[in-house]
Amino acid sequence: MPTLWLVVSVLVLAAIGYVLGRKRALQSAGGDVRALHSLPNYYGLNVAFAALIPALGVLLIWLLAQPMIVENSVSGLIPDEAIPEDSTRGLVMSDVRRVASGLDFAVEQGAMTLAESQSLKAEAGDIRARLGEVGVALGAEVEAEVLDAAQRYRQMTTTGTHAMTLIVALLAVAGLAIAYARTHKDFRARNVVERGILVLLILAASLAILTTVGIVFSMLFETMNFFGLHSWKDFFFGGTWAPNFRGDSELSILPLLWGTLYISFVALLVAVPIGLFAAIYLAEYANKATRSFAKPLLEILAGIPTIVYGLFALLTVGPMLVDFFGKGGFLGVEWMAGATSVLTAGVVMGIMLIPFVSSLSDDIINAVPQSMRDGSLGLGATKSETVRQVVLPAALPGIVGAVLLAASRAIGETMIVVMGAGAIAKFALNPLESMTTITTRIVSQLTGDTDFASPETLVAFALGLTLFVLTLGLNILALYIVRKYREQYE
Amino acid sequence: MNDMARVERVVDTGQAKITASDVQVHYGDTHAIKDVNVNIGDKTVTAFIGPSGCGKSTFLRCLNRMNDTIDVCRVKGNILLDGEDIYDKRVDPVQLRAKVGMVFQKPNPFPKSIYDNVAYGPRIHGLAKNKAELDEIVEKSLRRGAIWNEVKDRLDAPGTGLSGGQQQRLCIARAVATEPEVLLMDEPCSALDPIATAQVEELIDELRQRYSVVIVTHSMQQAARVSQKTAFFHLGNLVEFGETGQIFTNPQDPRTESYITGRIG
Ligand SMILES: Nc1ncnc2c1ncn2[C@@H]1O[C@H](COP(=O)(O)OP(=O)(O)OP(=O)(O)O)[C@@H](O)[C@H]1O
Ligand SMILES: [Mg+2]
Repeated sequence: MPTLWLVVSVLVLAAIGYVLGRKRALQSAGGDVRALHSLPNYYGLNVAFAALIPALGVLLIWLLAQPMIVENSVSGLIPDEAIPEDSTRGLVMSDVRRVASGLDFAVEQGAMTLAESQSLKAEAGDIRARLGEVGVALGAEVEAEVLDAAQRYRQMTTTGTHAMTLIVALLAVAGLAIAYARTHKDFRARNVVERGILVLLILAASLAILTTVGIVFSMLFETMNFFGLHSWKDFFFGGTWAPNFRGDSELSILPLLWGTLYISFVALLVAVPIGLFAAIYLAEYANKATRSFAKPLLEILAGIPTIVYGLFALLTVGPMLVDFFGKGGFLGVEWMAGATSVLTAGVVMGIMLIPFVSSLSDDIINAVPQSMRDGSLGLGATKSETVRQVVLPAALPGIVGAVLLAASRAIGETMIVVMGAGAIAKFALNPLESMTTITTRIVSQLTGDTDFASPETLVAFALGLTLFVLTLGLNILALYIVRKYREQYE
Repeated sequence: MNDMARVERVVDTGQAKITASDVQVHYGDTHAIKDVNVNIGDKTVTAFIGPSGCGKSTFLRCLNRMNDTIDVCRVKGNILLDGEDIYDKRVDPVQLRAKVGMVFQKPNPFPKSIYDNVAYGPRIHGLAKNKAELDEIVEKSLRRGAIWNEVKDRLDAPGTGLSGGQQQRLCIARAVATEPEVLLMDEPCSALDPIATAQVEELIDELRQRYSVVIVTHSMQQAARVSQKTAFFHLGNLVEFGETGQIFTNPQDPRTESYITGRIG
């Protein structure tokens, strides 16, 4: 809450700075706008930015850094002997955090005074009960070391927050004052604001990139932990996926990768022809009226949540396939045991991908210049000859790019395969058998009772990272191909 | 003028190959062609001249129904090819375009190899029985397009990689490869140097022995050099149509006179 108030005050300050800066600039020019170097708004914005940007920047960094610093120094306070044998430093630290926030909460609720909360003694043995009264549940009675650490944690956090408030407020006022003092009719406010905007844009771009890097790194650390506990040879080259929470698991990605690729392949087999033909129809044959209602209709498919597709797979497509291929089905064969199978998931995922392929291909086909078509038609080619021999070859690289993008979506898709593909990891060629994918195994390894120290859980990160690398590779390839294609008509 | 001297030659225009009467073209609300009547003779070169935007390309595109590809374009009136109405429902525009070829105002080679560009039409219409025959057609067409010497060593290179003038000649070669009965050429020499221009004009003269050619041009000299008949368009109207010699030496309409002497344009 105090942080929110801090942000609001800085914003208010910036607004005041805007008005003041504008006024001062106008005054320095004697009220004549033309005598100013820049429009009055720029002077106002300049002062507002000066108050806003450094203050909020420091605030952001502080908010990110403070917990880490506090955590580190508090964690150093806990002696090794205080850590129970069946626990880790990380688990003790989470107790510390829970106690600290519990005490803060109790003070906030009025169950304790601030002084009382600071003078609690572990020996009294009533902390668990007192916190329980305000609804903070602790697993066991609080140890003295944990209580000390928690008090230290609270103290450091409070000091840090005070210091942060002070520094941020000072920065905002100082920024405002300096910019205000510099406001004069000859000051090049427009150029400064321009640079400020540039910085803002760069910040946004780097934030997006940094997040990606952060995600990759967090995955990377856990993956390295995993490979510390489990042999990488088994992971990459083993043949069996058999997690066993009592240890001694076989955790190979290959059967999962096989399932993933097989289902994606079936999905593309459905999505690419249908999507491409739909795109060709829309781009080359349909008249304006048809196009204007068919295209949005197709794109509605893209807006359906994948869980709904999952239900469709489970309740409609799966049973329908069983009606054909299952025991006592129309075909009199017994190829399919249950509703979940590669084909079920693949077909439904293909349906999901149709608008993706068609909409991208449609754009690409439309980008082929009309003069190409004219040239072909002018030589006495029919419409379909023109499409096949001129338009599609010209659009091919772009279409390949679209297909690769669709493939990377298929590989990363989760909900449909969770519900439609089954849970058995194996190498099989029969598309009517149920199989499983990387994404479904990530979900199943991370749900339920998880212990982040066992390879059976950590394998999820290794799987995730592999998946990430796979889709990243596909995306890069797709972008490369699409870009190469673009150069052709420039 | 030396060019004008050639105009004096005997003009032996055959019977009409294309007869257009009361042609009107609208692009949405724009009335681009107004009441045009024209006869295009067999074994004749007909030149369309006129200021920019007067409708030359539009009218040319009516003759092989290329305007069908433009949604907003509506064509009214009668256009007969060998006595048959080309806008009749029974006429297949695809077959019509095989008979009436076209070189477009902007060069538009396909993003394929030079060879495949030229072989495109013959392949579609099955003009070659085997590869050797196709090779022959491609070579002959490229020679007629006056570009063989420049590209004979790189027939596999993409046609889009040629210079603007080379692309223009490639498109001419591509159009003649299908042996159309009528060839419509929209400013085929606009990007060519004098030597290539002379070669293309030679080709037009050669084509005239068997086919009819319609050429749009902004060069009065070119019109005078290559054509037997000239049509002058102005603001969508066909102002004057007649023997080239007569149009250039003794125009009937004051607008024609001011255009060819360079006073309107
Ligand atoms: N696709 C189109 N849509 C709408 N209007 C068009 C279209 N093409 C041509 N027009 C209009 O029709 C008129 C005639 O154009 P056209 O291209 O036939 O002129 P042109 O005589 O060939 O000119 P230029 O010598 O510059 O090539 C112009 O006013 C033009 O704006
Ligand atoms: Mg034109």
